[in-house]
Amino acid sequence: MRKDLRILVVEADTAKAKNIIDALLEAGWSDVHAIAQVSGLEQSILKHAPDIVLIDMANPDRDTLEHIGVVSDTKSRAVAMFVDQTDQDLTQAALAAGVSAYVVDGLQMNRIKSVIETAIARFQMMRQMQSELEAAKQALEDRKTIDRAKGILMRRRDMSEDAAYKLLRKAAMDQGRKVIDVAQALVTASDLLT
Amino acid sequence: MSRTVLNCGYVPLIDSAPLIIARELGFAAEEGLDLNLVRQPSWSALRDMLALGHLDAAQMLSPMPVAMSLGLGGLPAKIDSLMGLSVNGTVFGVSQKLAGDLGPVPFGDPHALLRALAGRGRGPLRVGVPFPFSMHRLLLSYWTQSAPDLAVEVVTVPPPRMADAVADGHVGAFWVGEPWGSAIVGRGVGSILMAGRHVWGFAPEKVLAARHDWIADNPDPTRHLMRAVYQSARWLDIEKNKPLAVEILGRSEHLNLSQEVIEPALTGLLTLTQGGTPQRIDQFLMFHNHAASFPWRSQAAWIAARLGADAAGIERAKQCFRSDLYRANLGPIGADLPGASEKVEGAIAEKTAVASSRGQMILAPDAFFNGRMFDFSASSDQ
Repeated sequence: MRKDLRILVVEADTAKAKNIIDALLEAGWSDVHAIAQVSGLEQSILKHAPDIVLIDMANPDRDTLEHIGVVSDTKSRAVAMFVDQTDQDLTQAALAAGVSAYVVDGLQMNRIKSVIETAIARFQMMRQMQSELEAAKQALEDRKTIDRAKGILMRRRDMSEDAAYKLLRKAAMDQGRKVIDVAQALVTASDLLT
Repeated sequence: MSRTVLNCGYVPLIDSAPLIIARELGFAAEEGLDLNLVRQPSWSALRDMLALGHLDAAQMLSPMPVAMSLGLGGLPAKIDSLMGLSVNGTVFGVSQKLAGDLGPVPFGDPHALLRALAGRGRGPLRVGVPFPFSMHRLLLSYWTQSAPDLAVEVVTVPPPRMADAVADGHVGAFWVGEPWGSAIVGRGVGSILMAGRHVWGFAPEKVLAARHDWIADNPDPTRHLMRAVYQSARWLDIEKNKPLAVEILGRSEHLNLSQEVIEPALTGLLTLTQGGTPQRIDQFLMFHNHAASFPWRSQAAWIAARLGADAAGIERAKQCFRSDLYRANLGPIGADLPGASEKVEGAIAEKTAVASSRGQMILAPDAFFNGRMFDFSASSDQ
């Protein structure tokens, strides 16, 4: 299969953009460009004349891409990849991974399939890394809050750390809430009172 | 009894209020629904998620279901509008620089504004709108086509980025829904010159949409959802409830904005230019009053006609505005139902009582800026 498709990646985060470009280069496509934002996308499309535009589904600029494809009278008529529901699995996979592809110039599905697959794999990897990072950050934040709440109880009620935690846990269970929510409420209340 | 979970997509805007309030004030829970609101980053993403079954229902721009029924746009699918979520609520304005060039233009005068814009010379006017299939774009083209010497270039700008686009000169003018117009004024980068209602007095803005097949397969959840949203919209249009609505909408899990930018749309008191005195705009945004939530089939027809549909297309568009379900599902809980599901659009000059099931329906002025009327039952406009 000839790897001569021209691909444009819309991604504001340069690290992410590089990541996707690397994945595409590794997979054998050489004609890959990235732009940070779509204001001026029309000019970019004219300049690069891409066959496919790849964009994160969470990117609000998707609506601008859509407009350029659907309404503009440009010859390069972009069509959302999801039009091609002939390949349901691929469409669902793209949706789950959060990748939107716009096919400029109505390419055959079999020609873009491997591009999309590469992009999906990379998006999934990034998504997973992102959510792991966020989970780790959140866990750390929660721990800090719970530690503060425990500290407040230890000071105000003169109890051990272990007893303070048990009290938080009991309050949470009694109220059908999470320990972190009870801790947060205590910290907020305490901040307001001091 | 466990509640039915419904995943409902929305884009955080003032007019997502009927959905947010339905959840927060328990109107959905009363109907046995766990209304899970799923925030969407763009209208295209929302459309794809709804069409491909990842969402059960969604807030949509009123032209979206019509466009999809006509096979326009990225993803053709059979999507119906169950009911209206809001009427009006958009604003048109220009950058500070262009406002200076135009000089003083009376507020809310589409004719004077058009003359001023056409007379300013210098290349096409670039106008930012939120989405190609939006009432914003349809009203813009309807309004500007009466000034053939005014060249307009329409660009789609995601509303949260509109203020930046105006500030850096990417667009000279904007047509957005609240709170983004007030946000532009608040930043001092642009001024509001008219509201959408000055071009069409009663324009359907957002609708509650779902897949045609999903509706057929889920009559009970559909009925409950419509009832919850109906009660929520009714609550929202009661004057004394507005402060609470403003507070709830502003919360971080919803719009995450300060109350100053949320309040104008709900009270109809808009500041038009930075530092100016707020001005009252009648009928600025409606959720319930004057049959605002009724899906008039004539409105679907107007949208389809503006999108270039032929007679068959207009007929298809009418069918996707489900006034039949509105009657069947909301009549039993006391909704006042109009005698007909179509009206002559643009014919009402002042508040008018019309025949309805409970005899209490008063329709609000729905005039177009140019005084024209559209009668789609006669399938021709005068």
